[in-house]
Amino acid sequence: MEKLVVSQSPHLHSKESVPKIMYFVIIALLPAWIFSLYLFRLEALKVTIVSITSAVIVEWLIAKYLLKKKPTIWDGSAILTGLLLAMNYPSTLPIWIIIVGSIAAIGIGKMSFGGLGQNIFNPAIFGRVFLLVSFPAQMTHWPLPISLRTPDQISGATVLGIMKEGLKNGETVSQLMDKIPSGMQMFYGVMGGSIGEMSALLLIIGGLFLLFRKIITWHIPVSILGTVFIFTGILWLINPEQYANPVFHLLTGGLILGAIFMATDYVSSPMSNSGKLVYGALIGIIVVLIRVWGSYPEGVSFAILLMNAFVPLIDRAFKPKLFGKVKKAKA
Amino acid sequence: MFRTFPKGGVHPPEYKISADKKIKTLDVPEQVVVLLNQNLGAPSKALVNKKDKVKVGQKIAEAGGFVSSNIHSPVSGTVLKIDNIIDTSGYKKSAIVINVEGDEWEESIDKSDEIKTEINLSSEEIIDKIKEMGIVGMGGATFPTHVKLSIPKGNTCEYLIINGVECEPFLTSDHRLMLEKGEELIVGVRILMKALKVEKAYIGIERNKPDAIEYLSELCQNTTEDIEVVPLKVKYPQGGEKQLIKAITKREVPSGGLPIHVGVVVQNVGTTLAVYEAVQKNKPLIDRIVTVTGDKVENSGNFLVRIGTSIDKLIEAVGGIPEDTGKIINGGPMMGKAMKISNVPVTKGTSGIVLLSESKSHREEIMPCIKCSRCVNVCPQGLEPYLLMDISKKKMWEEAEKQNNLDCIECGSCSFICPSNRPLLDYIRYGKQNVTALRRSRVKK
Amino acid sequence: MNIILISIAILGVIGLVLGLILYFTAQKFKVYEDPKIDEVEEILPSANCGGCGYAGCRNFAEATVKAESLDGLFCPVGGNEVMKKVAEVLGKTVEEKEAQVAVVRCSGSPVYRQRTTIYEGAKTCAIESALYGGDTGCQYGCLGLGDCVDACEFDAIAMNPETLLPEVNEDNCTACGACVEACPKDIIELRPKGPKNRRIYVSCINEDRGGIAKKSCKVSCIGCKACVNACKFDAINFDNFLAYINADACRLCRACVTVCPTNAILEINFPPRKIKKDTVKKESEK
Repeated sequence: MEKLVVSQSPHLHSKESVPKIMYFVIIALLPAWIFSLYLFRLEALKVTIVSITSAVIVEWLIAKYLLKKKPTIWDGSAILTGLLLAMNYPSTLPIWIIIVGSIAAIGIGKMSFGGLGQNIFNPAIFGRVFLLVSFPAQMTHWPLPISLRTPDQISGATVLGIMKEGLKNGETVSQLMDKIPSGMQMFYGVMGGSIGEMSALLLIIGGLFLLFRKIITWHIPVSILGTVFIFTGILWLINPEQYANPVFHLLTGGLILGAIFMATDYVSSPMSNSGKLVYGALIGIIVVLIRVWGSYPEGVSFAILLMNAFVPLIDRAFKPKLFGKVKKAKA
Repeated sequence: MFRTFPKGGVHPPEYKISADKKIKTLDVPEQVVVLLNQNLGAPSKALVNKKDKVKVGQKIAEAGGFVSSNIHSPVSGTVLKIDNIIDTSGYKKSAIVINVEGDEWEESIDKSDEIKTEINLSSEEIIDKIKEMGIVGMGGATFPTHVKLSIPKGNTCEYLIINGVECEPFLTSDHRLMLEKGEELIVGVRILMKALKVEKAYIGIERNKPDAIEYLSELCQNTTEDIEVVPLKVKYPQGGEKQLIKAITKREVPSGGLPIHVGVVVQNVGTTLAVYEAVQKNKPLIDRIVTVTGDKVENSGNFLVRIGTSIDKLIEAVGGIPEDTGKIINGGPMMGKAMKISNVPVTKGTSGIVLLSESKSHREEIMPCIKCSRCVNVCPQGLEPYLLMDISKKKMWEEAEKQNNLDCIECGSCSFICPSNRPLLDYIRYGKQNVTALRRSRVKK
Repeated sequence: MNIILISIAILGVIGLVLGLILYFTAQKFKVYEDPKIDEVEEILPSANCGGCGYAGCRNFAEATVKAESLDGLFCPVGGNEVMKKVAEVLGKTVEEKEAQVAVVRCSGSPVYRQRTTIYEGAKTCAIESALYGGDTGCQYGCLGLGDCVDACEFDAIAMNPETLLPEVNEDNCTACGACVEACPKDIIELRPKGPKNRRIYVSCINEDRGGIAKKSCKVSCIGCKACVNACKFDAINFDNFLAYINADACRLCRACVTVCPTNAILEINFPPRKIKKDTVKKESEK
């Protein structure tokens, strides 16, 4: 018999582990990603592979040579970041820009803060916003799905883009609704946009899988989607010709992708459930503000990035309820 | 709907492989080592010397303070020496070593199997008897029972709760006790009710023991006192005092307070049986039921063993240490102590010995905290373990006190669930020790 | 042109007014501090290590200025040199203290002291010692997880990866006492550095009986009292099967080192001589 092991209690451990969590999230993203392969074929495959490989290589290089620590690329977090970044890119994004995005996301967004668990901002969001601001043209050149392309038209604006431009030009909502895919089409996902924001249905299926496996809780997705629904609903009720209906808002842009997969990132979101509700609600409000009154058609990335900065404050304010909390005696 | 505590808790695998093994009485060994510190509080003082002859049940050590207990000889024989031996703490502690000769009991002890149901002593006499007979909490905490039953001024006791939950994986001694000594147990409950002067008692049992629930419910029908069996949802740590009180009475013991502050006293079933034997049979606490089990142990069992028997003897009784044993745990796998050697004596608080196989004994590599909040969600006391670990690492003891570090019941749910395998409970315990020291130093000033 | 002149004039006046406000406020709310405190602080090494027992160098400087005499006030990092200068500045006297150094009283490396269990808990000495006596048969010995190394601010102690024992760098050690505090088993002690930096000490704190001690560690003190008997200067105390050399009485004659059967007594910085050390090494290499 080998030497006995001595350690403190508990001597049993659950089957939870970090790689398991990361790989479950990747699995949850697969239905939507496979659908995007169907829409964008090899372009989507290329973007995804370059994004994931560059993210992993950047993390490995920084860990080994700059930080001189043991690289932990197999915990799945770099792979997940790479995949999420890819879901946010147009499928025609040049390879070199994808690599810059990975360097920004992993190098600045994650490793500069100290690696896994220390980052304030969601690395995928950080990378995406970095690229959006640095290369606005390439990042907003949205190709149509391959099946919808004609020799004259390869790309088109996203649905939100069409809506925003149209409203600026004075057209009414009902006029614009004819130009864009119907609600059902948007739900199933045949429209122009990034490879990840296509199919709301498949993303929701992935989200339900994560909920069922207890990887995420309902608080953040429901509060984001709920807040966006309520506020755009109020605006739409006030003037249906000036403001698009709330279902339209829910199904467009990367809202569902952001609400289920990006805002729920453990490291950059609050710890307590009440904190998560507040976080989600504020993200929802900022999304509506940017979409309706801001100059960008799409606000989810910025909203999440902004709220990431407030998470330490939210954690301080919303602490779990202590068992047997002693109420202060009246003087 | 089965009751439980609302917040936190985890579901470790139950491993109740010894649940249907009847209690076997282990033979009296050739030598016993009776540790002098078998309770929470001050150690006891030895009353015997080398070469003294003792009988079973003879008092060999007396309480060393208010929160302390008497110790009685579990065997008859000659005192070999009073020496320092390694106990579960991994350090050497004082103990009385007795060489066994025969099995002669003190005359005053009633050894018959007859179940005495009439309670002839008054409330105060009962508590005195419990004190004299050296009864301590046998769930593992070993708090002197007579101190718990002495209600401090300004508090009243409304309910008695008997803890038959046994939420620790592997352990089944309480389960077998409820099945095989149910009648004695109910008399013990009635004795405690009289001692505390309460009208109502509850017996909390997890629903993975349906036979015990049924049997005890039946027995309770036949008593005049109001005793209710409450089946509880299977969740760890349901057996923790505070969680049990919350589940049954919905009252929360205040942070830093005791159960008596919400009018409740909790006693383990093993303690209750010992109370019956002490009050009705004049038998001091000299033996107890210990589960010996493990994930690769085929002949696991529940044994009635004399205090002071070496754990080696218990392991022998299940067929010896399996070849690939990685850890020998004194207690349950969630809160028990891993031992460095197996030649450690059984004490009043030893509820089980778990022989964990090699594959389950090693800790995985520690990763950074990913702020997943699982530890916060499972903590039954509403604490934030990831934060407490960080604070303890930085040695910020005042901050730890502010974050209610002392409220931790050391159940281990946080370390159990952490996906990054962080040693949360190790650091939280470290914090508790230092905050207690800090408080003590303030009092001194 | 006018605009420029007017801007300069306005900004100049604002600057002047604000400056005057600042000056008068600074004067009105000035806290008087004895200028000597600043002088003393200049002399101190600014390590802010707390070795003097005060909260940082400035706090110590305040204490020296306020105190009647400099008895009991000593900066271990600066040593006698710095204390002399402080005394000069303040016009007080200070007595010279002997230089001290941290000494690790355990030689139980894995070669001599076998590991009997595997410890897998949190890797700090404080937490391991709260759990049990360590992964060897000796419950008093060094655990090797380096709390002392973490506590040192002067880079004067480092863990040897082979012997798993901490080693003190005499040149860097300032005898501030941080490692002594940090060790949960009280293995490290501050002893006088000694003339020519030579010192002799018992490198063991094991209080077990001889047989048990020897079984756990080959270089432990077995309480045989050979050293006590050999010492002509009565410098060795004996209690609980453990010998302790009193540094004040020790004359560095090395008689005890020669007679110790387990080589538990170490002589530091003496010229080499070959005796027992080889025989013990041979035994342990078997």
